[in-house]
Amino acid sequence: MMVPVEESVRSRDRRSAFLPLGRLLLASLRKFDPRILWSNPVLLITWAGAVLTTIVAIVEPFVGGPPQSDGTLLPPGFSWAIAVSLWLTLLTATFAESLAEGLGRTQTSALRASQTRVEAHQVLHYDSLRDASARTAQMLQVPAVDLRPGDVIVLEAGDVIPTDGEVVWGIGMVDESPITGESAPVIREAGGDRSSVSGGTKMMSDRIVVRVRQVSGSSAVDKMIDLAERAHRLKAPRELALTALLSSFSLSFVLVAVTLNAIVSPVAQPISIPILVSLVVCLIPTEIAALMSVTGIASMHKLLRHGVLVDSGHALETAGDLTAVLLDKTGTITQGRRRATDFVPLDDARRDDLIRAAATCSIHDPTTEGTSILGLAQSLGFSVEGEETPGKNVRFSAQTRMSGRDMPDGLSIRKGAESAILAWLKHVGSQQTRETEDGLRQLTESVARSGDTPLVVAVKPAGGPGRVLGVIHLKDTVKPSLSSRIQDLRSLGVKTVMVTGDNPLTAKTIAAEIGVDDYLGDATPEDKLAVIVKEQAAGHFVAMTGDGANDAPALAQADVGMAMNTATGAAKEAANMIILDDDPTKIVDIIEIGRRQMATRGALITFNIANDLVRYFTLFPALFSGTFPGLNQLNLLHLHSAPSAVLSTVIFSIVVMGILLPLALFGVPYRLADLGRALTRNMLYYGLGGVLVAAVGIKLIDLVVMLVPGY
Amino acid sequence: MQWVWAITSVATVAIALIVVYRPLGDYMAWVFSSTKDWKVERAIYRIIGVDSHSEQSWQAYLRAVLVFSCVGMLLLYAMQRLQPWLPYSLGLGSISPDLAFNTAASFVGNTNWQAYSPESTVGYTVQMAGLSVQCFVSSAVGLAVAIALVRGLARKGATTIGNFWVDLVRANLRILLPLSAVAALVLIAGGTIQNLTGFTDITTIAGQLQTLPNGPVATQEAIKMLGTNGGGFYNANSAHPFENPTAWTNLFQVFLLLVIPFASPRTFGKMVGDHRLGSAILATMITLFLAAYAALTAFEYQGLGTAPQLAGGAMEGKEVRFGIVGSTLFTAATTGTTGGATNSTLDSYTAMGGMVSLLHMILGEVSPGGVGSGLYTILIMAVIAVFIVGLLLGRTPVMLGKRIGVREIKLASLAILVIPVLSLAGMAISFAIPAIHHELVNQVMGNSGPHGLTETTYAFVSATINNGSSFAGFGANTPWLNVVLGLLILLGRFLVIAIVLAMAGSFAAQDQIPTGVGELPLHSPQFVAFFVALIIFVAVPTFFAVLAAGPFAEGLG
Repeated sequence: MMVPVEESVRSRDRRSAFLPLGRLLLASLRKFDPRILWSNPVLLITWAGAVLTTIVAIVEPFVGGPPQSDGTLLPPGFSWAIAVSLWLTLLTATFAESLAEGLGRTQTSALRASQTRVEAHQVLHYDSLRDASARTAQMLQVPAVDLRPGDVIVLEAGDVIPTDGEVVWGIGMVDESPITGESAPVIREAGGDRSSVSGGTKMMSDRIVVRVRQVSGSSAVDKMIDLAERAHRLKAPRELALTALLSSFSLSFVLVAVTLNAIVSPVAQPISIPILVSLVVCLIPTEIAALMSVTGIASMHKLLRHGVLVDSGHALETAGDLTAVLLDKTGTITQGRRRATDFVPLDDARRDDLIRAAATCSIHDPTTEGTSILGLAQSLGFSVEGEETPGKNVRFSAQTRMSGRDMPDGLSIRKGAESAILAWLKHVGSQQTRETEDGLRQLTESVARSGDTPLVVAVKPAGGPGRVLGVIHLKDTVKPSLSSRIQDLRSLGVKTVMVTGDNPLTAKTIAAEIGVDDYLGDATPEDKLAVIVKEQAAGHFVAMTGDGANDAPALAQADVGMAMNTATGAAKEAANMIILDDDPTKIVDIIEIGRRQMATRGALITFNIANDLVRYFTLFPALFSGTFPGLNQLNLLHLHSAPSAVLSTVIFSIVVMGILLPLALFGVPYRLADLGRALTRNMLYYGLGGVLVAAVGIKLIDLVVMLVPGY
Repeated sequence: MQWVWAITSVATVAIALIVVYRPLGDYMAWVFSSTKDWKVERAIYRIIGVDSHSEQSWQAYLRAVLVFSCVGMLLLYAMQRLQPWLPYSLGLGSISPDLAFNTAASFVGNTNWQAYSPESTVGYTVQMAGLSVQCFVSSAVGLAVAIALVRGLARKGATTIGNFWVDLVRANLRILLPLSAVAALVLIAGGTIQNLTGFTDITTIAGQLQTLPNGPVATQEAIKMLGTNGGGFYNANSAHPFENPTAWTNLFQVFLLLVIPFASPRTFGKMVGDHRLGSAILATMITLFLAAYAALTAFEYQGLGTAPQLAGGAMEGKEVRFGIVGSTLFTAATTGTTGGATNSTLDSYTAMGGMVSLLHMILGEVSPGGVGSGLYTILIMAVIAVFIVGLLLGRTPVMLGKRIGVREIKLASLAILVIPVLSLAGMAISFAIPAIHHELVNQVMGNSGPHGLTETTYAFVSATINNGSSFAGFGANTPWLNVVLGLLILLGRFLVIAIVLAMAGSFAAQDQIPTGVGELPLHSPQFVAFFVALIIFVAVPTFFAVLAAGPFAEGLG
């Protein structure tokens, strides 16, 4: 029913390459509104400069003829040429942002569409008295979003439950692991306190009729899509800091332009306004200011392609800072499907007794553990009767932490965690001797040390004393690619901590197997929270993956909380990111993309600083070349004339944005390398590269501009 | 041969600096970390009513700095105005209000811009009880503020950054006084005069009568250099043979200028418990200093024209006993620190040489900068450098375990605006007022055209950045310039100090990230290269246009 998200996003993505140009241009022009530019001081300065130059160009003919600068005549139409170039600079800047936004929006709308593609069988005119099971009622296939509270739907095995509701008829197994983290399916039935079903969970068996309680579409994923679409408008801290720094640089150049004519008045004629404006616009970091939001939007868009939805630029930025990750073992590190691999009797107990008891008490146990115990018993030659097995099933509960069967002859069989079983035996009046308990502990520890989970089986006959029969080996398989991903995290400098509800010995073994830096066994949700607080106090930026409702506080506490798509609403709301395809190792990609975003911005700044270096030598000698011809010695590029030098430098600003746009959209290559070497490389690439690109670019433009009469 | 001399001169000073680097740096760190007060210090605290064990928040620290400087300024102003009634005034009159304001601001702001000719303006009392005292305390203020910033970086989760009064007293009693006492003795041994004999009439060889002003020169000279003050006893400053008699005292004076600023990175490293960033800062300072010195020396050696060619360099305005190298080394040191002392006439340097000295100041005086102010200025630049390097490497910008956040960057962005805004706006306003424009062009500037513009630019930059040296042709003693430059000195000094202390408070409040977690390579040569480039990039472009119309226009015609 659910269309795989990744696929649908990709299919839309292909179309997005052909965004309508007209609409983009319109959107870019709309950004010329100074109220919108207000949040981007650098572009606001460019805008003001363009307006000023245009006014000068219009007024010029009426107030004293041909324009002069530094006492030298400027070519006709020079002010207009500058004005048009400045508007084009601004247009390129806003266009870049519109383009990134457009690309992002097609993706989020594709995602939104896929979210609503869950469908449900709605019962028309439900009659709870005559046709409670809705077998004869008229059915309608409807999208989940169209469901309203009070509507009645029918769910069958394999269906994703579209929204929260109440079971009004039937009984069925529901996989609520996305909500509870408990891999065992639970029974949901009409009447009583087990009648509530949650959206996002999955029917495992049978057929139920459910009355809808909540409107679909207000889910956490939908909310996060909304946030993601607005996210780039709220600046992340580092973006704010960068804006402050760039504003400072820009302000100093505005100051230079404003004061220049007064300061040089003893030695030179006034410089014309268009040239002063060009000076400012070329030297302030227009390109970075324009492309900064592009890098942000592009990174979020890139994450979405990796199947990760981010709620804010802040979260993405923090992702780049992460230095520690808390990984939930169940479902994250292991496949979350524990299977029985061996039966080990305790001391004098007979192995056959153990196997028979274990099989008997697992007959109605629908969990993977239960079925695998049956399977193993059968393969060892024990026949297990089906439905007709006598006795009463005792289901697993979080309080008792064991399950089992009470036979008609008064024999009780239980299987569960060591401590739970010992407590039960004590409860029924058969406390075990110290030796037995020691022996059992040795046995369970040896199982745990191998990385498996021990499940203890005990029996108590009607009249006699209860006793432990032995231990079932439960093996959970570690996901195949996990070790290498953990290794990737380490090379990113990120500490990994595994948290699990398993006993500490099992945790230790698995931790060693997959190579995490630290582990915590027997962990409760409170423990997870405590681990996060502790790591944060040690100066770490901590990410946490989680999916259960009780993970919500820890997800909220973590610097970056990552919820799986199958997680409960509460967990998703507490998280900053939702991993749509439930692959927790996505965290490697998330961190890399966060860091790459930073590196891209750093590269843009370095490139811009390097560009400026060339611009000083094209602009400043041109300012006073009339009064001081000797300054032409600083014209290292041998530009043709002063007006050509100024105009070429302005036009280069437009061109260079075109060069940098792909860099901002795709990000600079980010490699895991020695930081010292990386610094050298980046300085060479973007520093030296910036100088070369600017020198060649301005010179080439000058070669064209000089052909225009008057330049 | 010229370059051998240039290298041996700088090497001589360098060896002396290397010898004292560790002991002095560690000693200063101890001075400001020690918990014990000396007896005489306890007495002072009792008198001024300070509890030496209570610490101040950054706001309280700043208030104390401002109150102290304000009181110092009022006292100095009053002394100058009341000079005729003070003892040992050598019969000199009251100093005009604007000049008194300018001088008070200048000495309180560690600038020692001297719009007056000292020997004919101030008597012994104003000199010793006023100016010399401010030479000590104003450099102590700079040192205290730098130490407060270092404490901010060294502490975690703290609300206080030290006690200004304790830092002030210790900087004076434990560092500046003992060092300048030793320095004065060395200078006296080298031939600098030290007496209270007033004016002495002598008959020159040619048979003419000449009046020589005498006075306590060596003591003033010691703190003038050591505290990177620059206010000489004589108008000719360190070019005067009574101040700076020989080539050896000349090198010793250069050493005195540089010794505390160059030892500061060591103090910094010691106090934060990590010498790596301190070493990178030291390397940055050295690189910039050597570049300025080399450029200056090269330009002066290659002075154009017949006379320089014959003299083997542009010797106009330079003392023969120092030569080109003795002059350029001194000038590099005085413009790299907030020194402002001069032993040669900058006005007579080649156009390009004059520009290098101007540029060296414009860099923000971080090579190695004034006492205290060099360290705090370069640390502010380091904040920006670390931020950008962090971006470039895709890592959290962390400096000594402190995250560089929005607040720190905002403060640093503000700090780098102070100098260009004040000096350029001050110049523009002055030129924009027709009467002042006329006065500047016709009376103040010693030369017309680009050279006059360079003189003016130098004056405004020198005041704003608290250097105090000037192009001699620039006649700065006009009411307008006295007031405007006085204001620029105060704003240039105390706005930056306020920002530095705010940053100290912000760092102190932060927790410390343990090192080793994705640490940036801040101690690598690459970082030093980047840092040097960044300092130049931040400082120079805003002045590029003025440089083009001034020294470049003059030098390239």
